[in-house]
Amino acid sequence: MRTRWFLPALAVSVALTAAACSGSSDSASEDSAKADNAAEGAASTGSGPGAGSKKVGFIFVGPKDDYGYNQAAYAGSQAVKKAFPDMEVLTAENVPEDDNATRVMEKMIAGGAKIIFATSYGHLDPGLKVAEAHPDVAVVGQGNFISKAVPKNAGTYFGTVYEPVYLAGIAAGKATKTNKLGYVYAFPIPQTIANINAFQLGAASVNPAVQTYVVNTSSWCDPAKQAEAAKSLFAQGVDVITQHQDCTATITKAAEEAGKMVVGYHADASSLAPKGWVAGSEWAWADIYNDIVKTAKEGKFTGSPYNANYRAGCKDGKNPFVQSKFGTMVDAATKKLIEDQKVKICKDGSPFTGEVKFQDGSVMFKAGEVPDYAAIEKANTKFVKGVVGELPKN
Amino acid sequence: MTIVTEVFTGGIRGGTSILYAALGESVSERAGVVNLGTEGSMLAGALAGYAVAAETGHPWLGAFAGAVAGGLLALVHAYMVLSRGANQLASGLVVLFLGLGLTSLFGVTYVQAVAPTFSPVAIPGLSAIPFIGPVFFEQDPLVYLSYALVPLLSWFLFRSRWGVLLRASGERSEVLVAHGHRVRPIQYAAVVGGGMLAGLGGVHLSTAYTKAWFENMAVGRGFVAVAVVMFASRRPIRVAGGAYLFGAALALSPALQARGFGINQFALDAVPYVVTLVVLIVFGRRQLRDVPEGLSKVFDAQPTR
Repeated sequence: MRTRWFLPALAVSVALTAAACSGSSDSASEDSAKADNAAEGAASTGSGPGAGSKKVGFIFVGPKDDYGYNQAAYAGSQAVKKAFPDMEVLTAENVPEDDNATRVMEKMIAGGAKIIFATSYGHLDPGLKVAEAHPDVAVVGQGNFISKAVPKNAGTYFGTVYEPVYLAGIAAGKATKTNKLGYVYAFPIPQTIANINAFQLGAASVNPAVQTYVVNTSSWCDPAKQAEAAKSLFAQGVDVITQHQDCTATITKAAEEAGKMVVGYHADASSLAPKGWVAGSEWAWADIYNDIVKTAKEGKFTGSPYNANYRAGCKDGKNPFVQSKFGTMVDAATKKLIEDQKVKICKDGSPFTGEVKFQDGSVMFKAGEVPDYAAIEKANTKFVKGVVGELPKN
Repeated sequence: MTIVTEVFTGGIRGGTSILYAALGESVSERAGVVNLGTEGSMLAGALAGYAVAAETGHPWLGAFAGAVAGGLLALVHAYMVLSRGANQLASGLVVLFLGLGLTSLFGVTYVQAVAPTFSPVAIPGLSAIPFIGPVFFEQDPLVYLSYALVPLLSWFLFRSRWGVLLRASGERSEVLVAHGHRVRPIQYAAVVGGGMLAGLGGVHLSTAYTKAWFENMAVGRGFVAVAVVMFASRRPIRVAGGAYLFGAALALSPALQARGFGINQFALDAVPYVVTLVVLIVFGRRQLRDVPEGLSKVFDAQPTR
């Protein structure tokens, strides 16, 4: 008799797993099947991977209208469409970070695409698999790191996201009255930790008493958990909140409703918080996408900066992650201060200019040390001093 | 605010969407139909509620629309199970994915929409009571509605004539037939009504709790609701306790983290299912006496008539 009730419990857990990895409907990939005879049009201007490609494929992990990461990547793909009117741009939304991604990319390649943008962190491994199978196709991954030898036809690219976050941190450090900032994040990946640290360092550079309280949600988008995280942070006296996750509206609106301030991430959401908007950071992918497509099309991909782990920063003026507009509360003096800091970190400084210490007091960067992008990416494994909270336990 | 007040307040706030869905599932199961599509009904309610509130400017119209949307999705399940004789579990899952797909498809335009939403309203007098006040009486209107719904449903199921008929349809439908009642309309009403409640749960999630729509935003809360129903024996008052317990589990993580403690979110997320398993194991036999007999036929390919 009793076993009967284990069955529904089992069914529930199976169904939950299914629900957790659902949301796959690669609608747009159908486009790629339309004209599959264009594959022969290659090798007209050189012979490197992607040379002479008539089509370029983009895969996104989420929907193109998420008010965030995927929307920005999609906007970049449309900029490519505009810049290369003779090329066909194939896009696929909601592509999971598993073998489905391989399948979608294979389909695009079968349809004639020789340049593939795998735009999510977890799309890199399937992307590398595809690159290995198709030496004539250039595959670039957005925001991950190839730690082995980089194949001739692959690479990663990303912006130094923590630079504008550091600048927004300055605005937050000036704006806070309680000296408590809040940071709601999804997962403790190095990129996120670097953002949190840069935010705290920026705020502390103008306000030594400031602290950043962190809460993680363990989900790229769970609005209910975000709502609760915001409430908890506000209850602790936090008056400026920011975040790093895919869907951002809930936190922004929660701050506005509670009469608190908010620093944006991924997109300009100032219209959602007309009173509380302080500053923010957003994506502008067009230039990098266009340059990658151009390089590959001309057959010059192999050996180019994109045939590596390419990181664009404000040092080369190409950072695809830029400052959003300021809120009305930010005064001219603060704007000037931020502008000066921007010039400084772009010229010969860094948000992580030493001395920077971890929470436990150990040294992250020595006094006077100006770390390069690679060193920063490597060192951000723990929170810096001034961040309140622990990394999630495993 | 002390951590206890914070977690209890968050438990009510976060548990309310689960509560609505679990009440709906209780009604449905009392009539002998398990609806694993509850999560789908929640999503349908969340989107319809948010969309209609955005279009019309009235959150209550949104709440109505959300209930209707949840009910319509449950109607698909009811038709499959009651009229076409489909396997209840299979049909439930199909309905879940139908709801997930449809809401993702039609929800795209509302991801960026701004809708009027339900905000917390402190009840004068009651909200001044220490602890009880902030926990129970500084919530949004949909929470207050759920306070009324719990005793009402309890009375309906166990004290009213309609409730007797509904339960009879899930226990021994033959008796109803012998007494000259038609079983199927009662079961249809229970499943659709259950879906409407799940839809309201979705409305609370989108238009009161998070004030946003995003695809798959229920993230498993519909299944938590099904789990609550199992260990709360389909009794509204126990269901409320279970829903609030899981709401509190969800609120515990940010409350601890904001105070500087690192915790494992994944472990906390598993709490509802672990509790359910433990309850089923410990009280298994006693629980079983409480299960509507009609549910025992769920695993037959035949419909429960």
